[in-house]
Amino acid sequence: MTIISDLINLNLSDVTDKVIAEYVWIGGSGLDLRSKARTLPGPVNDPSKLPKWNYDGSSTGQAPGQDSEVILCPQAIFRDPFRRGDNILVMCDAYTPAGEPIPTNKRHGAAQIFNNPEVAAEEPWYGIEQEYTLMQKEVNWPVGWPVGGYPGPQGPYYCGVGADKAFARDVVDSHYKACLYAGINISGVNGEVMPAQWEFQVGPAVGITAGDQLWIARYILERITEVAGVRLSLDPKPVTGDWNGAGAHTNYSTKSMRNDGGYEVIKTAIEKLGKRHSEHIAAYGEGNERRLTGKHETANIKTFLWGVANRGASVRVGRDTEKEGKGYFEDRRPASNMDPYVVTSMIAETTILWKP
Amino acid sequence: MSLLSDLINLNLSESGTKKIIAEYIWIGGSGMDIRSKARTISGPVSDPSKLPKWNYDGSSTGQAPGEDSEVILYPQAIFKDPFRRGENILVICDAYTPAGEPIPTNKRHNAAKIFSHPDVASEEPWYGIEQEYTLLQKDINWPVGWPIGGYPGPQGPYYCGIGADKAYGRDIVDAHYKACIYAGINISGINGEVMPGQWEFQVGPSVGISAGDEVWAARYILERITEIAGVVVSFDPKPIQGDWNGAGAHTNYSTKSMRNDGGYEVIKKAIEKLKLKHKDHIAAYGEGNERRLTGKHETADIHTFSWGVANRGASVRVGRDTEKNGKGYFEDRRPASNMDPYVVTSMIAETTILWKP
Repeated sequence: MTIISDLINLNLSDVTDKVIAEYVWIGGSGLDLRSKARTLPGPVNDPSKLPKWNYDGSSTGQAPGQDSEVILCPQAIFRDPFRRGDNILVMCDAYTPAGEPIPTNKRHGAAQIFNNPEVAAEEPWYGIEQEYTLMQKEVNWPVGWPVGGYPGPQGPYYCGVGADKAFARDVVDSHYKACLYAGINISGVNGEVMPAQWEFQVGPAVGITAGDQLWIARYILERITEVAGVRLSLDPKPVTGDWNGAGAHTNYSTKSMRNDGGYEVIKTAIEKLGKRHSEHIAAYGEGNERRLTGKHETANIKTFLWGVANRGASVRVGRDTEKEGKGYFEDRRPASNMDPYVVTSMIAETTILWKP
Repeated sequence: MSLLSDLINLNLSESGTKKIIAEYIWIGGSGMDIRSKARTISGPVSDPSKLPKWNYDGSSTGQAPGEDSEVILYPQAIFKDPFRRGENILVICDAYTPAGEPIPTNKRHNAAKIFSHPDVASEEPWYGIEQEYTLLQKDINWPVGWPIGGYPGPQGPYYCGIGADKAYGRDIVDAHYKACIYAGINISGINGEVMPGQWEFQVGPSVGISAGDEVWAARYILERITEIAGVVVSFDPKPIQGDWNGAGAHTNYSTKSMRNDGGYEVIKKAIEKLKLKHKDHIAAYGEGNERRLTGKHETADIHTFSWGVANRGASVRVGRDTEKNGKGYFEDRRPASNMDPYVVTSMIAETTILWKP
């Protein structure tokens, strides 16, 4: 297929200033990503200079057929690792023609929280550990697992190497470089405890950008699995039994937590999270009750508990933070299918704005 | 899948970033399983002491309990990453508790202490390690190229052999050779071994602790390559029962005194000391070695210590050149392919330089 790759890899800047912008948005399920592309007359690096656009919301469960236009507002630009050159990916959120955010638009509410002066002053940082499972395309079974059977039990796979331990590393490694190229602040990758399960981390990212970067990283990942012929699953418990689930542990700190005396601020924040445990859990991803069992390095969904270096807790504080008296903490409750706009803004709202 | 290779091979510096990817590598709970994960670093680094310490979930590798799971990684040696290329790096690490104590499976720490001892350091111990290994088909535990449910013709044609009926998996071996040279590992050669599907590479000469770092980095690169090739690498010292060779990690060794005039006498004294500590060495030379050191298939029996010039049936072999020149090095043929090079290299130095019988 060399002719097709030659065409896909054509460097258009040899012949024109035009660039291609891929507008990306979240569909009606709250987890399905959609995108379409348009030509622009020249390079753009400021989202406010990009035109608004629209799409057929009746085809994504987001509008009725007789009034189907949903408006796309460009919010963040990333370099396109697939088209390269000056071509871009554009993270958008969705509005009615009247200018109201549609119900599945969680970014709008999050942006309002992050713009609140008290929140903005605290410069909330996020580091999100996105776990995911790669599934075979035609069969609902993880990549590398024998069809009709199971691999050997968990143990050798975490950060493992070798054809019998690491499945589909090429997806993971191409995703890593593609995200760095795109300008996403991807800080690392590792093989996870269940075979065919992997993790990447995005952060530290400030405020609303954490959500933008994670959604674009998910988009790039699903585009890569499309090329590789495997399926991406963000289900929090893809295989029942003695197999780990998939989470999106969210690491968090504010300016006060990062400064001297921060450990007390952290403890107060964790107390507040404990008081709103049910509300957070309700917003932390569908199906999380199948994952948060108290086993497989999780805390039971009904209980809130925190501890230093404790991977069986709802919230974990690192030893470094305890030792230095300042730092950050890890909310281990969010499921892999959580919406980062919802989770990041809710953590900020509860810990900074909410008074118990 | 050219799109996937285009992405894997992206040269990030073209996008204007100085960021690099560092793959931190460590040894897991079995003492033989290699683990790794990657992180982004803000710019190129060539000095391990400038890399941040990191940590991992020791409860997932049998190295810590769940309620206190953090194990700390200390970067010790940097190699260029042959998979990601550019300024990206592989980092060999060893593992510590949060309190700063080496965890029980951390054999590097003690080896480094031995190599830092002034008596040892002044002798500049050199090592050349001959790592043998076997390539196995992925879903069954049978060597690559062997018929399933049967055996290839007996040993004879395979050692350094060529041809589709004699050399199995050469693309892995050759890719590994260049990848290691690229990485900065002092890989000195390769050859096909006596058993079909078995190969050998040599690392050295390396001084002191770097011998262990280089062998572990070479093993990591080998397992990454077999992962891509869809075969399994085995370091088992006797992968197939019967009239088939085992796999060893012969360790060639010399000190400054052995390399200088009069060195042959120093060598003979060192070998005498090794003989007196035969049992202690054997206990540390790899699990399952008793299946390999039978006295047949170019090994010496595990219970006996013997040495000789040009004798491949001995525990220790001295080359004819060394005998002729009156100085040089010798080969400890006892270590198994699954030995820990930190343990073996430091133990040989300790016994021959520090230990007084």
